[in-house]
Amino acid sequence: MSGANDPYDPKEVAALAPEALDAAVQKAREAFAGAVDLDALAALKSAHVGDRSPVLLARREIGALPPKAKAEAGKRVNEAQSAVKKAYDERLAVLQAERDERVLREESVDVTLPWDRTPRGARHPITTLAERVADVFVAMGYEVAEGPELDTEWFNFDALNFGKDHPARTMSDTFYVAPADSGLVLRTHTSPVQARTLLERELPVYVVCPGRTFRTDELDSTHTPVFHQVEGLAVDKGLTMAHLKGTLDAFARAMFGENSKTRLRPHFFPFTEPSAEVDVWFPEKKGGAGWVEWGGCGMVNPNVLRATGVDPDVYSGFAFGMGLERTLQFRNGLPDMRDMVEGDVRFTLPFGTEA
Amino acid sequence: MRIPVSWLTEHLEFAEAPTPEELAEAFIRIGMEIDDVRPLGPVTGPVVAGRVVEIEELKEFKKPIRFCQVEVGPGKINGIVCGATNFVEGDTVVVALPGAVLPGDFTISARKTYGHTSDGMICSARELGLGDEHAGILVLPSGTAQPGDDAVELLGLDDTVLEITPTPDRGYAFSVRGLAREIACAFDVAFGDPAVVDVPEAEGEVWPVHLEDGAGCARFVARQVSGVDPTAPTPWWMRRRLMLAGIRSISLPVDVTNYVMIELGHPLHAFDASKLQGNLVVRRAKSGEKLTTLDDTVRVLDADDIVIADDSGVISMAGVMGGASTEVGDKTGDILLEAAIWDPASIARTVRRHKLPSEAAKRYERTVDPALSPVALERAAKLLHVYGDGGIKPGRTDVGTPALPGPVTMPIDLPDRVAGVRYARGVTARRLGQIGCQVEVSTGDDGATLVTATPPTWRSDLVQPADLVEEVLRLEGFETIPSTLPPAPAGRGLTEQQRRRRTVSRALAEDGYTEVLPFPFISPAVFDSFGLIPNDSRRNTVSVLNPLEADKHAMATTLLPGLLDAVQRNLSRGQKDVALFNIAQVTLPRTQQVPVPAIGVGERPTEAQVASMLAALPQQPVHVAVVLAGHREHAGWWGKGRQADWADAVEAAKLVAKAYGVTLRVVASDLAPWHPGRCAELRVGDWPVGHAGELHPKVVEALGLPKRTVAMELDLDALPLNDNRPAPIISAYPPVLLDVAVVVDAAVPAAEVAAVLESGGGDLLEDIRLFDVYTGEQVGEGKRSLAYALRFRAPDRTLTVEEATAARDAAVAALAERHGATLRA
Repeated sequence: MSGANDPYDPKEVAALAPEALDAAVQKAREAFAGAVDLDALAALKSAHVGDRSPVLLARREIGALPPKAKAEAGKRVNEAQSAVKKAYDERLAVLQAERDERVLREESVDVTLPWDRTPRGARHPITTLAERVADVFVAMGYEVAEGPELDTEWFNFDALNFGKDHPARTMSDTFYVAPADSGLVLRTHTSPVQARTLLERELPVYVVCPGRTFRTDELDSTHTPVFHQVEGLAVDKGLTMAHLKGTLDAFARAMFGENSKTRLRPHFFPFTEPSAEVDVWFPEKKGGAGWVEWGGCGMVNPNVLRATGVDPDVYSGFAFGMGLERTLQFRNGLPDMRDMVEGDVRFTLPFGTEA
Repeated sequence: MRIPVSWLTEHLEFAEAPTPEELAEAFIRIGMEIDDVRPLGPVTGPVVAGRVVEIEELKEFKKPIRFCQVEVGPGKINGIVCGATNFVEGDTVVVALPGAVLPGDFTISARKTYGHTSDGMICSARELGLGDEHAGILVLPSGTAQPGDDAVELLGLDDTVLEITPTPDRGYAFSVRGLAREIACAFDVAFGDPAVVDVPEAEGEVWPVHLEDGAGCARFVARQVSGVDPTAPTPWWMRRRLMLAGIRSISLPVDVTNYVMIELGHPLHAFDASKLQGNLVVRRAKSGEKLTTLDDTVRVLDADDIVIADDSGVISMAGVMGGASTEVGDKTGDILLEAAIWDPASIARTVRRHKLPSEAAKRYERTVDPALSPVALERAAKLLHVYGDGGIKPGRTDVGTPALPGPVTMPIDLPDRVAGVRYARGVTARRLGQIGCQVEVSTGDDGATLVTATPPTWRSDLVQPADLVEEVLRLEGFETIPSTLPPAPAGRGLTEQQRRRRTVSRALAEDGYTEVLPFPFISPAVFDSFGLIPNDSRRNTVSVLNPLEADKHAMATTLLPGLLDAVQRNLSRGQKDVALFNIAQVTLPRTQQVPVPAIGVGERPTEAQVASMLAALPQQPVHVAVVLAGHREHAGWWGKGRQADWADAVEAAKLVAKAYGVTLRVVASDLAPWHPGRCAELRVGDWPVGHAGELHPKVVEALGLPKRTVAMELDLDALPLNDNRPAPIISAYPPVLLDVAVVVDAAVPAAEVAAVLESGGGDLLEDIRLFDVYTGEQVGEGKRSLAYALRFRAPDRTLTVEEATAARDAAVAALAERHGATLRA
């Protein structure tokens, strides 16, 4: 038994001597530091951290110590053991980080390699333009009306106040359906949807109708016999030409930017009175901002209202129509309308899914 | 129509004359289209009148060449070479002297040509910028000018021609009279009506005329001028105006009728009275009757054509073109002038039938002022008297009673209410008066102020209040109408159908398909290449009477011909892999074709009428179709690509159905143009909605498509619009995964096997996925093995392996019972 200040016990085991433990720790540190990779480190592990490592062997000797010395020796061994472990863990972390970094470096690829394994598709710009127009009007509270492309002369002409001998009814303008007296045509405009809407829906109506239309024009750079129009119709109490103008201006701004606007020039259409042609101020016009002919419009002719059972003394309305091919042509500066109808994917692909 | 500014403004009293550009702007503002504003000339330097003193024909050249001595000033003779031959010695011509510059920067200088020095050029009308005439040089009537007179002033080259297209409802505007009135309204200046002509009382009839067809001819007026000098030239001022209006000078009588037509808007016809035989009759032609018209063409007439006949038969296609037998010629001295009002619709039909548009018909189709007939005749007769020395006979024939526009009454503030503008007091009455209406203002029963306008005789287009409103609005200017948005209605947004169609379109595009919009016109022959059986319903098409391409007269019953056409076009332009889609209406005739009923437009048609009209239309459902040719996945540095196959077509159909929230059932089928063993019929429940698969090798060959081209077509309108309100219950308990391989007859479709397993597996079976298909010796002849990964899960507990196994065994048992399936060893 020795007191706290007793001189060192000669019976003390050499392995537990502080110098011995320090040397073991030091040796382990040096060994770990010399491990160049995780494999080398793993190979050193049993020699310095394992059961037969100097520190753990020293621990076995503690039992031989007098009780008084045990605690102190145990503390020294614990410190040595954790120092070795710490050195090991630190080296392990460093080597793992090095390995991770190397693996990532090795896995790097040329990300500029082209990848078009799955081909991309696209929607036709006329489709997306029609949707865009519809969205503009839906946002103004309109609904999207539809009708058949092959329709009766009554809807396409009669109800729209076209006289029996109106030149538009001739075969040089209109596709007729066999037999000769069928009374059926391929609609020459989306306006028959006006008459259909007024017959089908409760008043008031605010509808927009994009759709495919037909005229017997030969295909060239500015004409196609099959084209698309968008028609707008509003019939309500107290609608005025000022409302028509406001609506067209809002439409123009939505399509061509905040600086766009419209101009009306008096014109003649059987189904509107007064009638006007619509010019739009197109800021990005080729060769400088300017007016571009865009479509037709007017106040719904009372004869059209009568033919569909709407009292023109109570209700009034306005209508307008534009060609989508033409709109696309000037908006995008497309030189040839034939490209829109031939179905060459090189034309359509650049437009993506939302033009 | 073309009209020089000097003629247009002749009857207008401007304080300060507007420029041609200002006139053009004014026309556009009030609704007349301007196609061209073309200043005459420009001509600078010495251009003078000249008198041809002597002509020497130079014979040694291949074409006629003349060397002329021309007096170009008092006592000043220039030698000039000229290639034209339409002039004689003594004629007055226009000479551009050296130093002159003609239109097109054409500088004239003295030059040696054809062996002579040409000291100037004798000019044609076109070279002077006067018109299009270039058949010969311009010869002025004798006495028009003296040698050396300045030609710029003489020819009125300081003028501008406007080309104006009035809208078709405004017949009156096809005249100087009508256009000048429009300008008077636009500028608020006084207008002197050129139709104010003294028309003397007639002394009896001048020629017996019988109106057999009052519907075709509302009025027929005739006047006779005798002793007209057939050699009298048309005065230069008249020739110039006609030339600038684009009308060629022919002879004094013809020029006079044309001049009056342009000036007043009323076409006239001149007969050689000496060639007329007996009374004139206005009637419809007898079918097959013939007439040789002025252009020396024999016309076979239709029973709908209105004609003028005498004892010899038909002598004129009324209002369209005169006959050759009574044509005014170079010996005619006795002229019967006709001014008639013809039925616009009849004239239009005759023009179309005979493809014979004319200046006269253009005006008749758009209506002519019926009050003008005697006035226009008087104007023409007087011109023939003054310039042709003719004697006007005292009689006048005037038969028929034309309908004149009736009064239209409306609230005086209707224009304000239509425009959304508060116009100044008196504007409506003033504007209506300005266009020629007789205007009365009154107070209605309800105390409202009314205006009653009786339109002038030339405005038969004004029949309802809206027409009067338009006049007020356009003359006040559309630009004065403000821009106001109406209050937004309570819209319901896009319909389910519309939203889903958009989704389909986007889904296909995102899946690699490119949208095309083919025309719906197809050739029925395409169905032969498709290998369709003779009574296939797709062969039953609606035909277009007047197709642009004769063979493509059928309306498509399927979208595939148009799509395949687009595929071919892309391939021919060098594309290798093509994936296209199209969403469009097809046209399917009804089994029972019913006629369209005759329905009026004065009031709303009855529900029954509307229903029968709709029943007469073919069905026009919206279809979607895709075609895939070549690779579905590209080859590249990453490795091989993948050829498109039948499954891609089926997959596209499922993609479409998914957008509708619908599950498609796939059933083996055999329908042209698909491969009989690789064609899937797609069903919703038991209802077929389309087909998908690989195209028949023969079809692929016939159409020159890449091998294994695949296609799909679905009737979008047949897909139900499910409510699609899923309420999924998600179990957080772990699943049990079990695999099973079953051996069944190879003829049992995989879809059927999966369906039986699914129902046999009960509620615990959460998912089933086919991961292997095997045929071969191990499973025996005519059999195949299908291996499925099954995922079982319970909603409320951790499922035990025993429970899952029991469920799997039940599924296999169901399959064994239904199709004799065995577990694969």
